[in-house]
Amino acid sequence: MYETSDIRKGLKVTMDGYPWIVVDFQFVKPGKGSAFTRCRLKNLKTGSVLERTFKTGEKLDEANIEEHRAQYLYTDGDSYHFMDQDSFEQISIVKAAMGGSENFLMENMELTILFYDGAPMNVDLPTFIVAEIAYTEPGKKGDTATGATKQAKISTGATVLVPLFINQGDTIKVDTRDGQYVERVKK
Amino acid sequence: MSDIVRFAGHDGMLRRNLPLRARLLDALRAFFRDKGFLEVETPIACASPGVETHLAAFELRGAGLHQPRYLTTSPEFHMKRLVAAGFHRIFQVTRAFRAAEFGDRHNPEFTMVEWYRAGETYDAIMNDAEELLWAMGDAVGVEDAPAVEGLRGPSVLVPPYPRIAFEHAFARAGAEDPFAMTPEERDLALVERVESTIGANTPEFLIEYPVDQASLARVKPGDPRVAERFELYSGGLELANGFTELPDADEYLARCETDLRERQRLGLPAYPIDDRYVSMLRDGLPPCAGVALGFDRVAMLLLGASTIRDVIAFPFDVA
Repeated sequence: MYETSDIRKGLKVTMDGYPWIVVDFQFVKPGKGSAFTRCRLKNLKTGSVLERTFKTGEKLDEANIEEHRAQYLYTDGDSYHFMDQDSFEQISIVKAAMGGSENFLMENMELTILFYDGAPMNVDLPTFIVAEIAYTEPGKKGDTATGATKQAKISTGATVLVPLFINQGDTIKVDTRDGQYVERVKK
Repeated sequence: MSDIVRFAGHDGMLRRNLPLRARLLDALRAFFRDKGFLEVETPIACASPGVETHLAAFELRGAGLHQPRYLTTSPEFHMKRLVAAGFHRIFQVTRAFRAAEFGDRHNPEFTMVEWYRAGETYDAIMNDAEELLWAMGDAVGVEDAPAVEGLRGPSVLVPPYPRIAFEHAFARAGAEDPFAMTPEERDLALVERVESTIGANTPEFLIEYPVDQASLARVKPGDPRVAERFELYSGGLELANGFTELPDADEYLARCETDLRERQRLGLPAYPIDDRYVSMLRDGLPPCAGVALGFDRVAMLLLGASTIRDVIAFPFDVA
């Protein structure tokens, strides 16, 4: 159990059957009135964000979350298989629970798997990956200044918006948090 | 964090603001001097911190103390004793202490400005407050309090400021009838829905509090539902709390008992009732009104600070 005085950024709590992480909080107290802590919380399972105001003294349940270092092995189409790098046990996560992160997986990629109440919940990818462009329409030479973009499929499967000058076979850096193109990388 | 990094943070806001803060303090003293107020000083280490429900005091123990003392949470008790002793226009700039109040708008040790007028009601104090805010803004070249991105818009400081009854402020914000709520529900509605709507474009007085949140204000003559208590807000930032003072010893004791019972229910420590204050009320407190103004908050408003850390050299965690 946590008290409201334990609230800080990054604290993980259980509410309504879901695990949440505190992304922001503020102490509020109207003059002579009771004190509250207003929190912005992110659902660790669904990613949704909500605001909640806790009365001072209110109790919050801890979220039993463990982080395991793991390596991506392979997919059989329905599930994704990883190896726990400490216990060397295999961990499987069904596609639906991957929440789109499967589109950034690369063979042997090292990542973090979050366990909630002992069960694997989701994967925490490295923030940036470097991947090859598997397919995109040919670009025009010298077209660098317009800021125009086109779709490109990268080798891991994700579709990314890239500048027009990027070609098939190029290597780019991608932010896995929002799937945004960062920069072209020299091979 | 090192001082070098701290003072350079937020584009050097703290470094810029400290000299301006000093100028605000000068302007404040000049304002009261010109109006014929006497500057007074009252104890920091007190026998009683007051018994209000939502108040946590720092306790002092140690050599020479048979009973604990408390760091003052407000100079009001001693200042009213001075009013009763015949000092009819007084002001004070002091440190006040509230344990466990720490955040972007709170520091457990803060600077409070308190003033009293005998023979007046809270209307006269509100007039003082709006003139004072204008004078302090003038001292730092601010006519409109600057907007702070994501927190509050600009605020036109030229007096007078609107005065809105508690009930009407709730209705305006689309909240339910505050008289149908418990004090706790009301506080929650206030912080979640109403506060941010008070003082949107200009500072605004929230007046006529429900009587169960009267604190030490007298009940309004002719309307027993409300008390003559006000709070001054600007852009949702609470700046001051004032009353037409409650002069009646028996009613004061009854309110203390209610607060102490509530403290017990919530598992909070019981604080002693200040006997000397009660004796003063029995001897007679002349009709008077007073207010406490958060000096750091006013500095935040006038200097466009998003956090109290930008106007205090050494906040609590680095004190």
